[in-house]
Amino acid sequence: MPPLIQIQDVSKSYMRDSFEVPVLNNINLDIEEGEFMALMGPSGSGKTTLLNLIAGIDKPSSGKIKVSDTDISQLSETALAKWRANNIGFVFQFYNLIPVLTAYENVELPLLLTPLSKKERKKQAETALEIVGLADRMKHYPKQLSGGQEQRAAIARAIVTDPLVIIGDEPTGDLDKNSAEEILTLMERLNKEFKKTLLIVTHDPHAAERANITKHIDKGDLV
Amino acid sequence: MAIPFKYSFKNFKSRNLTTIITIVGVALVVFVFAAVLMMAYGVQKTLKETGSVDNVLIARKSANSEISSIVSGDVQGVIRTLPNIAKRSDGSAIISNEPVVIINLDRQEGGISNITVRGVSETIKDLRPQVKLTEGRWFNFGTRELIVGRSINERFKGAQIGDKVKFAGDFWEVVGTFEADGSGFESEFWGDGLQLLNAFNRGNSVSTVTLKLESAESFDSFLNAFNEDRRLQQFEAKVEQAYYEEQSTFLVQFITALGVFITVIFSVGATIGAMITMYTAVANRTVEIGTLRSLGFRRRNILIAFLFESLTLSILGGLVGVFLASFLQFFSISTINFNSFSELEFSFALTPDIVVSSLIFAAVMGVLGGFLPSVRAARLKIVDSLRAV
Ligand SMILES: Nc1ncnc2c1ncn2[C@@H]1O[C@H](COP(=O)(O)OP(=O)(O)OP(=O)(O)O)[C@@H](O)[C@H]1O
Ligand SMILES: [Mg+2]
Repeated sequence: MPPLIQIQDVSKSYMRDSFEVPVLNNINLDIEEGEFMALMGPSGSGKTTLLNLIAGIDKPSSGKIKVSDTDISQLSETALAKWRANNIGFVFQFYNLIPVLTAYENVELPLLLTPLSKKERKKQAETALEIVGLADRMKHYPKQLSGGQEQRAAIARAIVTDPLVIIGDEPTGDLDKNSAEEILTLMERLNKEFKKTLLIVTHDPHAAERANITKHIDKGDLV
Repeated sequence: MAIPFKYSFKNFKSRNLTTIITIVGVALVVFVFAAVLMMAYGVQKTLKETGSVDNVLIARKSANSEISSIVSGDVQGVIRTLPNIAKRSDGSAIISNEPVVIINLDRQEGGISNITVRGVSETIKDLRPQVKLTEGRWFNFGTRELIVGRSINERFKGAQIGDKVKFAGDFWEVVGTFEADGSGFESEFWGDGLQLLNAFNRGNSVSTVTLKLESAESFDSFLNAFNEDRRLQQFEAKVEQAYYEEQSTFLVQFITALGVFITVIFSVGATIGAMITMYTAVANRTVEIGTLRSLGFRRRNILIAFLFESLTLSILGGLVGVFLASFLQFFSISTINFNSFSELEFSFALTPDIVVSSLIFAAVMGVLGGFLPSVRAARLKIVDSLRAV
């Protein structure tokens, strides 16, 4: 079986003023289905940029990104939005929950982009909240939750559509040690028990240990 | 499916002082807008209610108000011969030959204004049964006595029972006050038509002739006879209600034009207020927008969510404005009517149309103010907005 994610000769540069700033240079990387990969590297090395390309919220300057046979670098913006809704689960460093919506409503949000009925959405959102252990906090607003709980709600939001890949940019970066531990255990469980493919960026070697495989990136090159 | 409306609504609710100021701004503009329309409609309604549907008013074609119309004695005789005129039980036709003049009187709060004095004929109580004496007594025909409409009685000096009003070289004693369902007649003095003609040396030429029809439906048949008579060529017969309603046109147009002009200028301010509020909202929620987009919501969804929010804001302002304006219905004001050049009291009047127009006006401010900020929100690049921590 071919790898789930194939990154082929991907380069990315940004324009700053009138200078072209290279951020990623000819990256080649395969991620197998069911893998839990950690990406490490110093600040500014291009980790977030690479993650954004794989998640389809940014486009490479050159090269191809294939996710289960779809070349996402070729998709139109609208098609890409739809693709993200179906295939990617996002976990952010600062959780990025919508403050005016309850935990339940936040988790239900990505399902609004699917053809599911209200009843089906309810069932799925509740299942996701149960998996992350927040079934008793569904009606709480983000500011009524602790950091760890917020991140668990965010993980529930990321898994609720049953995406191909879960992507996390420093998902434990803003948490205390215990909460970080909880989140890592949860991710491990998603990987082992639910066979999810996970890709996270982290600065914490202890967190990287929990992954099956760690890749290092430096100044835009995989090393 | 779109971003739930709850998102827009709750964001709008969870906001701060700027939001409240914006709502107040929109509310004030809508208040003024509604007030102007209520005023214009009040004038129209007051004058329309002055006339009855089964009365016909005959005036000279070239005259655009009662005071500039002249109907001579022989024409009055011709009118009497027309068919379909209602009769009293004693057999006399219900017709009032009315001289209309304007006099000056001092307002109680200072300043002079023009007041209509209407001379009427003996069948007047049958012609306009809505006119009801509230105090004192009716004037006696054959004497120089007057009764005074409620509005003039309340607002002018020397218009109380027992007062003597001086005009046409004589003193006219006020002997009673009357009401007429809040219509324009309440802004008039009434007396004996013949006495008025005599005092002003007008012979027997009155201003207008008003008569009652057997029924409102007989107007067409009356009008046919009227139009066929060559002696009446220079005259025009109109349903009394339509005649007086037309007497509101200048004032209504003036109030509406001036009012709309002022409110449109004000509304620029309120629209800019809404724009600033929404730009702030977009700036504060940049990361949120990036998050929604990364979840798969499209630019269009973002645009609509923010427009909705702006719309909620302005409609709420609109509701507050209309609510406050609705209390104006308890107020009446008095001013010169440009058509008749004389004083007219009217109340602010609210209609469903005015409510709808005011809310549409508010919504337009919301959409215009929210448009550019919403476009900005929709145009943000996902990666940039996620970085805006
Ligand atoms: N939208 C952008 N426009 C211009 N430059 C950018 C943009 N995004 C990233 N960069 C630049 O690209 C480089 C890599 O950024 P990136 O965020 O991928 O690094 P990172 O490895 O995630 O760093 P950190 O550990 O600090 O999060 C940086 O020099 C950054 O300034
Ligand atoms: Mg980063």
